[in-house]
Amino acid sequence: MPLSVTESLALRSSEDVVRMRQWVRARAVGIGFSLVDQTKIVTAASELGRNILEHGGGEGHVYLDLPTHNSKIGIQLTFEDKGPGIADIEQALKDGFTTGGGLGLGLGGARRLVNQFEIASRPGEGTRITITRWKGP
Amino acid sequence: MERIPILKMGGFLLITIQVDMHDRLAMTLQNDVTDMIVKTRARGVMIDISMLDMVDSFIGRMLGSIASMSRILDAETVVVGMQPAVAITLVELGLSLTGVRTALNVDKGMELLRSSIERKEANGAFVRD
Repeated sequence: MPLSVTESLALRSSEDVVRMRQWVRARAVGIGFSLVDQTKIVTAASELGRNILEHGGGEGHVYLDLPTHNSKIGIQLTFEDKGPGIADIEQALKDGFTTGGGLGLGLGGARRLVNQFEIASRPGEGTRITITRWKGP
Repeated sequence: MERIPILKMGGFLLITIQVDMHDRLAMTLQNDVTDMIVKTRARGVMIDISMLDMVDSFIGRMLGSIASMSRILDAETVVVGMQPAVAITLVELGLSLTGVRTALNVDKGMELLRSSIERKEANGAFVRD
């Protein structure tokens, strides 16, 4: 099974978010993630996928990789959109901050559910968020 | 249209969520529950989420809204059967489901609904004809 191939999925509707959750779950099971680890990465993915629909111009892509580091395997997901971007990333990561109708837990919550979280955004150009969760000890 | 079924059992409504919900389905459920409470004069709503392998902030918010709307319509809500991995993840996500009552399984949920409705009636509050 080649592990280094990047797969991708377009996100345009909430049905796509459901498809993405099932896809991420299947890959997490495939590399032997525990049930808790599976649930965390799937939940983080769900938050970020919905973020794209609500704030990312309604359309984007998610890319999935299975990287290895120090003989550990993990799941890496990259969410990209060409939406309005985030003006103040610090603020956007705070719990309770929202410009939509949600609870404002999406970004900060997703960050707590993974081991690595990177965000790059430019107003007017879009946002790219990369999350990685490594297989537990 | 795809819908989540709502069963009427005595004075209670029972909802078992068995599918991975997309957002529209969740919104439809919210509307259907409130309609059914009014139509059947149900005093309690039990939502079984034992089949759900994930609850994100959207689904969590929906559970909270159903509980608040039901309360205003004089019905108690209890969410039952949350999987341990889902509970662990919810807490880390930062969602505490404030205002949503939970029970481990359907039996315990039923007990909780019965006792809280009895207590309410004993207090003479919200008497219905």
